[in-house]
Amino acid sequence: MEYNPTELMACVAGRVLEDNRSVFVGTGLPIIASMLAQRLHAPNLLIMFEAGGIGPKIPTIPISVGDSRTFHRGVMAATMDYVMSCAQLGLIDYGFLGAAQIDPYGNLNTTVIGPHDAPKVRLPGSGGANDVGSLCHRTIILMRHDTRRFVERLDYITTPGYLTGPRAREKAGLPAGSGPYRVITQLGVMDFDIETKRMRLTSVHPGVSVDEVVENTGFELVMADEVSMTEPPTERELRLLREEIDPAGIVIG
Amino acid sequence: MKVIEEGEGELLGWMDPDEARGWMMERKSRGLEDKRIPLKEAVERFTRDGDYFALGGFGHIRVCMAAIYEMIRQGRKNMAMAAKTAVHDVDILIGGGVVDKVECAYAFGHELRGLSPTGRRAAESGRVKVLAEISNAGFQWRFKAASMGLPFFPARIMLGTDTLRYSSAKVAEDPFTGKPLCLLPACYPDFAFIHVHRCDKYGNAQIDGTIIEDRELSMAAKRLIITTEEMVDEEAIRQAPDRTVIPHFLVDAVCEVPYGSHPGNMPLLYYSDEEHMAEWLRLSRTEDGVREYMEKYVNSVEDFAGYIELVGGEEKMDYLRKLEDLEVPLEAPWRR
Repeated sequence: MEYNPTELMACVAGRVLEDNRSVFVGTGLPIIASMLAQRLHAPNLLIMFEAGGIGPKIPTIPISVGDSRTFHRGVMAATMDYVMSCAQLGLIDYGFLGAAQIDPYGNLNTTVIGPHDAPKVRLPGSGGANDVGSLCHRTIILMRHDTRRFVERLDYITTPGYLTGPRAREKAGLPAGSGPYRVITQLGVMDFDIETKRMRLTSVHPGVSVDEVVENTGFELVMADEVSMTEPPTERELRLLREEIDPAGIVIG
Repeated sequence: MKVIEEGEGELLGWMDPDEARGWMMERKSRGLEDKRIPLKEAVERFTRDGDYFALGGFGHIRVCMAAIYEMIRQGRKNMAMAAKTAVHDVDILIGGGVVDKVECAYAFGHELRGLSPTGRRAAESGRVKVLAEISNAGFQWRFKAASMGLPFFPARIMLGTDTLRYSSAKVAEDPFTGKPLCLLPACYPDFAFIHVHRCDKYGNAQIDGTIIEDRELSMAAKRLIITTEEMVDEEAIRQAPDRTVIPHFLVDAVCEVPYGSHPGNMPLLYYSDEEHMAEWLRLSRTEDGVREYMEKYVNSVEDFAGYIELVGGEEKMDYLRKLEDLEVPLEAPWRR
């Protein structure tokens, strides 16, 4: 079956999520990926939204992380204090993030391109991103891959990745052992080198070469010993995405 | 506590805890008083040019849009807004000339709908200034500090980032662990509007669905106006006191405003009006379009009831009720 890059990213992200784990979800692709995981290998994936929705059976894609779909048939309609406290307490395993810029350590910018006080492009800001990136055990970053976005130095660090490298998060006071786990783009999947905490290419998507990933990255990528090829979306994954999860094509197009 | 780092952002809405106690002692009535007034009067009496304010709800969810239109109609200006996931509200307020400063957790965006042309234009031209950055949990816990009568609340967020550098928070060494800790200063907005599902004439208010940060905001706001979908008898509140989120002694005024969150979502009552959102997003691509919107939906009507008629009245609200109840499929006209 043919598929588009967004569908592929949703499938790859969904596969990372494990059953009986919890995930902090934002609008768009993260919701799609989590809904897909729940329908396949992770029926008991616990979804949490920052506005207070906990454990919903999401009927249709929410437009906002606060709208009524985010607690539809949930186990609790709580508060932001409650969900953010859960994250700080260590109860949230995964967190999804997106960004306009990412650097080799997985630090993210969603605030401003250009100087802060004379912005070339003003972006929405942190929202809950800094909280997710600070407090969840493992974060999964979903974004487009090109040299404008994958840069050596960010214009502004909105959300912490590994900051300046090994032990920098802990030194700054962030929870021990937390940090970016995967970066999933339209070209491939990356993780972070255990020694250096720099981004490392682990797999390329079908039809994408390692060179293409390198050319689209504005910094030096660490290479896994063996860069594999991503499994393409299955027919079942695509059918669920198109027929059940996002029939109007609001996110997957 | 040893201070390690201090944010450069402007400290907005802070009070010494004793000053806050003084305000609460003198200004908040403990008695049961009938606080019902028309929304127009509430905006006249409780909002002032230059104020720093916050709105209950989240994004376009359970936000008192009626108060926003009324502030624009009354020509409020130079206000600073606590943009705690502010979506349609801050966009309209910037477009309507009310807000020219924000403390920004999230603004200039429309969540799944994309970016906000008006807000971005204003921020990139310097017409709107971002006085401080923060995160969503940062705002939540600024209000929490205020709600507890404390000068700050500690948290393990924002550390090591520019979000902290441009915020009004400080980093100090935690005296227990020795690790750096982010201290979020208490935040007492000059006023807040919180839209609720039901409320009695004294201000005892109940919210269905997620509460977001409204429990803490209601305690932090110096002046608090409750707008409600429905007025209920005191007895209805007393029958279910566990449902009360905001008690009367925090409340300065109560306004009955059915459909007050339109075009946003009022959980369990009506979904967001995506057709109207799409019209705003289309018009707001240009300043002329912004003026056209304001003329059509804000200035040409007397009040919010007039606006509701203009956007389709009961028929439209009936459709949005069905959409909320999942009886009709969601359309996303802003994608066209």
